[in-house]
This record gives sequence, C-alpha cells and structure tokens, in this order.
Amino acid sequence: MNKKLNLFLKGIVDVLPLLIPVVPFGIILGAIGIELGFTPLETFATSFIIFGGASQIVFLQLFSGGASSLITITSTFVVNSRHLLYGASLSEYLNKLSLSWKILLSYLLTDQAYAVSNIYFEKNKSNELKHYYLLGSGFILWFVWQIFTIVGIFLGSIVPEELGLSYTIPLTFISLLVGYFRKFDHLLIILLSGCLSIALYNAPLKSYIILSSFTALVVAFILILLKKGPRK
Amino acid sequence: MIWYGIVISGILNFLTKFLSLTYFDTSKMSPRVKQILSYVPSAVFPAIIFPGILIDTNGLIDFENNPKILASIIAVIIGVLSKNILATIFAGLAAYWYLIFI
Repeated sequence: MNKKLNLFLKGIVDVLPLLIPVVPFGIILGAIGIELGFTPLETFATSFIIFGGASQIVFLQLFSGGASSLITITSTFVVNSRHLLYGASLSEYLNKLSLSWKILLSYLLTDQAYAVSNIYFEKNKSNELKHYYLLGSGFILWFVWQIFTIVGIFLGSIVPEELGLSYTIPLTFISLLVGYFRKFDHLLIILLSGCLSIALYNAPLKSYIILSSFTALVVAFILILLKKGPRK
Repeated sequence: MIWYGIVISGILNFLTKFLSLTYFDTSKMSPRVKQILSYVPSAVFPAIIFPGILIDTNGLIDFENNPKILASIIAVIIGVLSKNILATIFAGLAAYWYLIFI
C-alpha cells in the first residue's frame, strides 16, 4: 500500500512544474467560455468531458462561430490527434493492465502527464506498480484543470471585455509552440499552416482549421521523405 | 446540440488515447508515423493562432492598426529566447495592453 502511495505522490511532485501554465490556461478557458456565450455548466462540461485544453478552445470557438457540429467535432479531433502518439508510446509499459485501469489512465493522459511518465517508465521498466506514477501525475493535472476552469468561469463574468481576453487564445497557442520556432522545418510548417488558415478563412462551414492543418501535415510528410532521401 | 457535441468530442478524445494505449505500440510502429505525429502541433496550432490575430470581430482581415500583430511578434521573440510558456503569454499580453491603453 505504501509503495503505491509513494509512487502516486512521486507522480504528483514530478509533474508540478509543468502545472504552472495550466493554471492561467484553465482560467482563460473558463473565462473565454463565458465570453463566447456558453453557460457555466456547458463550459465546465468541456473541461470534465472533453478534457483537453487546446481542443476545448477550438470546440468553443467554432461552436460559437456557427460552425456545424460535424466540423466542430472533426476539428476538435484533429487538434487532439497528437494523443495517438502518447497512448501508443506508453502502451508497451501499460498493456498488461486490466481494462478498468486502461480506461482510467486513458482519460487522465495529457501532454504533461505523458511527458513525465514516459521518462519515469523508461527508467523503471521492471516496476510492477509504475502505473501509480501516471495515476498521480494524471490525476493532479486533471484536478488543477477542473478547479481553475471553475475559477475562470467566475472571473469571466467579472473581467471587462476591454481587456481583450480573447487575444489570450492565440497567445496561449503561440506559447505552446515555443519549442518549435527554432527548428527550420517546423517553422516552415507553422508559417504555411498560418497563411493557409487566413487564405481559407472564408471556406465553407468553418473548415479552415481542418483544411490548413491537413495540407500542412501533407507538406510535413513530404519534407520528412525529402530529408531521408530516396529509399535504397 | 451543444451537449451532443461535447459528449461526442469527449468520447473521441478518450478513444484516441484508449485505442492507441490498447492496440498501438510504438515499438512496433513505423518511425515515419511517429515523425508525422510530431508535426501535429506545428500544423494545427497556427490555424488557430493566425486567425485569432488577423481576423477582426466582423470576420474581416485586419492588417492596419492591429496591435495584436506587434504584440504577437514580441511574444514569439520572447518565446524563442526564453523557451518559457508563461513568459511568452505574459510578454504578449503586456505588449498588447501597453499598445491599446498607453
């Protein structure tokens, strides 16, 4: 029992530094939901049910902008598709767990919990209880996200519109890309996707996010092929 | 309608993680697929960033007298230099408030 608790707590402690940006992001999300005209319960439900910061913002933005459900859901899915990588990359450590553990850990899996758990799992492959580490890091992020979404929901109705809170949406996403700006091929993809999204902004059904992301991914794929050179 | 959207998006998000955790295994996955997935943030996020800066509340492109452009450039510079998420957000917001209020 003690070992489990220790691992759970270690997961919490290790992920704490990564939670610092989660606090303002959660507040922004809650406030934005209210500003875009959603009820407190609907805004909170995105945090509880969808539980993915970037995808929730896309969801709220597109839905309030009059996009169809299909486009909103597809765009949200595109933003979330990076999680495919996280699940796949942890599966070699977790595939022996029971179904209920897999369901719980899948729900709690996030960018931050993945980042610390992947490092820990690599170093502690043989530890039979290592999933408690992911449970700790995943749970604390989930908890902080729910709490600060609620804080944002309350602040959103107080903060005046002149402060331009909606500008924090693009800013938050810029901040999530800081690790990529220095890499030339990523910079190219960033600029391509950005310019396309402006050019295609008036495309029917608010499909600009899907169209520009998908085109940029195809170009990224071509870049990868070119970098590797032709197959021998 | 909104509740259907939230629930379906939630299920899809969960399934993305659950199915990959259960059925995919990167140790058996092609490195190409992993590489492409690593480009997802760079391909997706700009499609949220650029319109958020350049499209005004009426849905029109706004290049002139748009303080968000300069504020975002400052945010990117601070981001590249500091590699810090919080510093980037605060630099951009501070620059934006400076430009619109002072």
